[in-house]
Amino acid sequence: MVREALDQWDFVFAAYAIGIAGTLVTIGWSWLGMKRAEARRDRARRR
Amino acid sequence: MHGFANPKRFLGLAAWLTPLCLLLGLALTGGALAWGLFAAPADRLMGETVRIIFLHVPFAWLGMGGWAAMAAASLAFLVWRHPLAALAARAVAAPGAVFTALCLATGSIWGRPAWGTWWVWDGRLTSMLVLLFLYLAYIALAQAAAREGVSARIPAIFALLGAINLPIINRSVVWWNSLHQPASITLGKSTIDPAFLAPLAVAAFGFSLLFGGIVLARMRALLADAQADARLRRQALEAA
Repeated sequence: MVREALDQWDFVFAAYAIGIAGTLVTIGWSWLGMKRAEARRDRARRR
Repeated sequence: MHGFANPKRFLGLAAWLTPLCLLLGLALTGGALAWGLFAAPADRLMGETVRIIFLHVPFAWLGMGGWAAMAAASLAFLVWRHPLAALAARAVAAPGAVFTALCLATGSIWGRPAWGTWWVWDGRLTSMLVLLFLYLAYIALAQAAAREGVSARIPAIFALLGAINLPIINRSVVWWNSLHQPASITLGKSTIDPAFLAPLAVAAFGFSLLFGGIVLARMRALLADAQADARLRRQALEAA
């Protein structure tokens, strides 16, 4: 029988890295998109 | 409820609710993930990989909850013509798709040491992948409808029809043979040990706040874009 020697922590850290990075990128992208859109609306009001 | 459909009232509320949800969500999620990673015990059967539950389960709940919210907002738009309802549905789509993709990714990483495979075409995994494709299709449809000036009723009807997939995801582990375990938490009942349930509850609440904060930020962005477009159109008409 062939048994794989998998380190469980490698999978835990990979899942945390992907999950945390994905969440932070989505937060940053949404926040910057909101700021950009609100600045565009304010510029249009001042014209 | 109807009072919040007023864009001005919504913006007043969202101005302080958006950073509050995001900051509180970051603090709670960070704390819960650190708790799950360093303080929660290893599981008797799954070993250390049980710690992936604190990410995977909130992502799954919010991926499905996101579509349920989209369907509810779409129904409100179709029935009451709330001006913000269609906007809310559009705002939920992108974070819903991201959380569904993260659920699939973390589940796949968990599956490799637990099941010996990254992926199987069983009912639960396949119906969750279908949910991701439904999100992508909705995003494309809503963007095309907004760009071409087509009625927002078409993506709203699509969101309602897509909700059929939610009970299929929920019941998939009962209806078909699956490597995926049956539900550990149902209404008022849990088979999870309190040592895992407590950090999972905090993580789920923290991720929900983050999801809410992202949706509010996206709603503010979509509303600001619509207001800027309307203002520029009016100025162009006055100049002509």
